[in-house]
Amino acid sequence: MPSLIDLRRRIRSVKSTQQITKAMKMVASSRLRRAQDRVLGARPFARFTMDVLSSLASRVDQSAHPLLAERPEGPASRSLLIVVAADKGLCGAFNTNIMKEALRYLTERDHRPVSLGVVGRKSRDFFRRRGVDIRFERVNVFQRLDEAESRKIAALAMDDFTSGAVDRVDLLFNEFKSILQQRVVVQQLLPIKRLPPPDPQALPVEYLYEPEPQEIFDFVLPRYVEIEIWQALLESAAAEHAARMTAMDSATKNAGDMIDSLTLYMNKVRQASITREIIEVVSGAGAI
Amino acid sequence: MALPALPTHLTLELVTPDHAVAHEQVDEIQLPGVKGYFGVLPGHTPLLAVLGVGQLWYRRGPDKTFVAIHTGLAEVLPDRVTVLCRSAERADEIDVARAEAAKQRAEAELKKPQMKPEDFERVRIALMRSLTRLQVASRTRMRG
Repeated sequence: MPSLIDLRRRIRSVKSTQQITKAMKMVASSRLRRAQDRVLGARPFARFTMDVLSSLASRVDQSAHPLLAERPEGPASRSLLIVVAADKGLCGAFNTNIMKEALRYLTERDHRPVSLGVVGRKSRDFFRRRGVDIRFERVNVFQRLDEAESRKIAALAMDDFTSGAVDRVDLLFNEFKSILQQRVVVQQLLPIKRLPPPDPQALPVEYLYEPEPQEIFDFVLPRYVEIEIWQALLESAAAEHAARMTAMDSATKNAGDMIDSLTLYMNKVRQASITREIIEVVSGAGAI
Repeated sequence: MALPALPTHLTLELVTPDHAVAHEQVDEIQLPGVKGYFGVLPGHTPLLAVLGVGQLWYRRGPDKTFVAIHTGLAEVLPDRVTVLCRSAERADEIDVARAEAAKQRAEAELKKPQMKPEDFERVRIALMRSLTRLQVASRTRMRG
């Protein structure tokens, strides 16, 4: 039977752990709010870019642009998977889910070469040990998430695609569905999917273009890739904070349960020892 | 044949990937297109334009607001203007000291004898951005 002192010590240590998890939960929830605002803030930008692209799509020659070039899927077609995970742990199954999905992607495309672009310390550390070809790595990006980061990643991906080093580029990240739910998404980034012609029901607006539609199209397409990546980064950041918040919330709760059961046990031990002492006194008195 | 009545105001929406900078009713807007500045009044023909580095201003009554913007896209409709750009800063958001430092850095780089063409373009844009920022920042200081 553990002594009272030991139990007290354990309760104290669980309590301080609980304080830490509680604090982390608070931090995560305030960061989550900011991250959520940023996700929402980026939406109009993405929506409008998409609108412009599809309104241009019918006016320009889509086959000409290198970012739209579909290459037939063969046994040797190479792909680049950009894996977006967190820089830090302690956020439940957030990183694990991403790694699982990435491994599934690798097995699915077995024999066809896959290179990786890893974003976030956790995904870098995971794949570095596995001997997968890593084209680029970006770590420590989520502390201060900057839009320039998404441009860098986009430039790397577009270079690899246009130079022919890879035949397609996919993006793997956690989508922020709700605070309690994150969804792992694999999204095709390049080649950009053919844009559907604008809805024939909607009244088409006859624009003047400055410069020519083709030039605008060529300007907007890479921006579109950047925005897709930017959104993925923002989603992933929000999802990470949400995951950490729920993980820390349940950790705090578990610590509370543990403190309760330890306290109960400690009281039992204390009572048992008091009872024993009384019995000893009584039986000692009876012996006299 | 009666023409449809012209709208009296423009709704300006100015957004960057990070946040919405402005959402306002305005009377007039001037935008830095890649082929030169152009002004927009209510009732403008639909226009889609690529924007370069420069200063954008919008006027509401007698009040003009200046914004330094960097590369973007503008959609002009008779009653609304949507501007998407990489960055957009109002005069009070500009760090003058930083812009000044950026300008000097860019100028120093331009003085170097050998320069690759791609570097030149980058430095040129950096210089333009810092100049625009300084210009926009000085606009309000003149008034205030």
